[in-house]
Amino acid sequence: MEWLIASVISVMTGCGVYLTLRARTFPVVLGLTLLAYAVNVFLFSMGRLQIGIPAVIDPAAADYTDPLPQALVLTAIVIAFGMTAFLIVLALKARSELGNDHVDGLHRSEDELKATKHATKTETERSPS
Amino acid sequence: MSPFTILPVLLPLIGGILMLMARPAGIQTQRILNLILTALLTGVGLVSLQLANSDIYQVVLLGNWQAPFGIVMVLDRLSALMLVLTALLALGALWYAIRTDTDKQGQHFHVLFQLQLFGLNGAFMTGDVFNLFVFFEVLLLASYGLLLHGGGRLRTRAGLHYVVINLIGSTLFLFAVGTLYGILGTLNIADMAMAVRNVSAADQGIVATAAVLLLVVFGIKAAMFPLYLWLPGAYAYTSAPVAALFAIMTKVGLYAIIRVHGTIFSEEAGDLAFVHVEWVLLLGLVTLALAAFGVLAARALRRQVAYLILASVATLMIAIGINNEAALSATLYYLIHSTMLGAAMFLIADVIMKGRGIYADSFTKAIPIDRPIIVGSVFMVLGIALTGMPPLSGFFGKVMILDAALNHPWFAAILAVVLIAGLVMIISVARSGSLLFYSVQKEEDQTPAPLNKSAFVAVIMLMLVSPLMVAFAKPLTELTSQIAGQLYNEQVYIDAVLSTVAHGDNSK
Repeated sequence: MEWLIASVISVMTGCGVYLTLRARTFPVVLGLTLLAYAVNVFLFSMGRLQIGIPAVIDPAAADYTDPLPQALVLTAIVIAFGMTAFLIVLALKARSELGNDHVDGLHRSEDELKATKHATKTETERSPS
Repeated sequence: MSPFTILPVLLPLIGGILMLMARPAGIQTQRILNLILTALLTGVGLVSLQLANSDIYQVVLLGNWQAPFGIVMVLDRLSALMLVLTALLALGALWYAIRTDTDKQGQHFHVLFQLQLFGLNGAFMTGDVFNLFVFFEVLLLASYGLLLHGGGRLRTRAGLHYVVINLIGSTLFLFAVGTLYGILGTLNIADMAMAVRNVSAADQGIVATAAVLLLVVFGIKAAMFPLYLWLPGAYAYTSAPVAALFAIMTKVGLYAIIRVHGTIFSEEAGDLAFVHVEWVLLLGLVTLALAAFGVLAARALRRQVAYLILASVATLMIAIGINNEAALSATLYYLIHSTMLGAAMFLIADVIMKGRGIYADSFTKAIPIDRPIIVGSVFMVLGIALTGMPPLSGFFGKVMILDAALNHPWFAAILAVVLIAGLVMIISVARSGSLLFYSVQKEEDQTPAPLNKSAFVAVIMLMLVSPLMVAFAKPLTELTSQIAGQLYNEQVYIDAVLSTVAHGDNSK
């Protein structure tokens, strides 16, 4: 089972890193979501993998699993969920305002050109770097 | 322990909720309420500082669960100093935002402002690593809102970069926290410091990895090389009061390094002692060198100021990396200076930008601004202070840092980088000053916007911190050296946290 969990985490992290490095916002959002999933499973497994053992007090139980990582994962899930929602809205806003969905902006927006134009007023022929 | 201790965290939280409810009452009510709340928070911060200015740690057990089973909030001299610094900075930024109507450019400015303070104060007081993560998220979420406040394309793009890099940072934070929990079995900072001493040789590598991973996370916040690329864009394109308030944001990362790494990986940690220190010093030196080039290469004032902030943060990293009590004391002195003066510099950049009309803050010939003498003088004073030239506080901070580095094996490198970077920065700032104030040409169709005097008061107030820090250098350095002493004596902190007994528990 350790093997399974470890490979699940590594595949999700790998895909997450790859997608986060993409140039467009939607893959980046997906990548961050995958990374968040990976870290949730990782946190969960930090309480060691045990099957069929309760986390909360049960008089019939012989042993307990560590409840703290479960509490941590709950917090992490909520935060990641909220952040992803915020990021999607921001990505949509960027799409509508910048006119494209590139994270770094392949095309320069007009006011950005204007901002650099003043700096190169005397040398307008040279394209702004 | 007194119930007062928790107030610096509770007040802005309640304040944020109050601001939300005060929204129907109009912007004027919100402004007055926010000013009162922030002033109150300054008072609370000062009382906290007085409360903490003893060798007794104020420990609050949340939910009355004894540490390490519950979350603790700890108030010591360092936390109290950060609380006061944050509140004073917030007061200046808020005044400027109100007088320039920045808060009218979008909704919920005042709500986000209070929640930002809530996150900051929580991060400064928590004694638990996972709780630190939660407060980081609180302050980040508020900062996303504030950064984007007012809108605009450039701001949206800079905001997108800022949000994405910080989300990656949060994920790495969780990985580091998870790894540490897996080995040490606790997340209370004091308890972790005890547990790290008994780590078996086989697990030391994993703990060291987690420590460095945690350093990467704090490095993103503190804008450490190579993770600083988000900073110039985010700071240059957001609104001026927000950029001024964000001067404390990079310091949160440094605070976290001092608190978390300093306590857990202290001298007592055996083979893991000071596992982070050389990284901080090396990366600090690289960051400072690159920041100086950034200051030199900037083509607009706001970007230049952002790089100046980066340079001051890098200087602080170097000071932390020197790793002795005198250096830490100097770090704290320089930290107060760089936060307040950096904020003032962002505000004056905004004043100049507004005065130049369509030319904004780009380094080019433009129309003369309104009241160039007073604005120019303030700019000059700030430039001298921020680049660390005598006779202002930046100079004294740097002298103290270099003095503490005298016996360090890397002294030559530290001296060379700090001094050459200082030279490069003073040349660049002098050049931009002469460009902005002397290279002017009147134009028929352009009239300079009049100086917003009441907003300018905030700049003057923040600027006055520098001469005051020189005038009261002795009591201030006494305080910072006491803080440094407290931080290097981490056993007292650990004992204080772990020995605090829950109410109604007579078993001890």
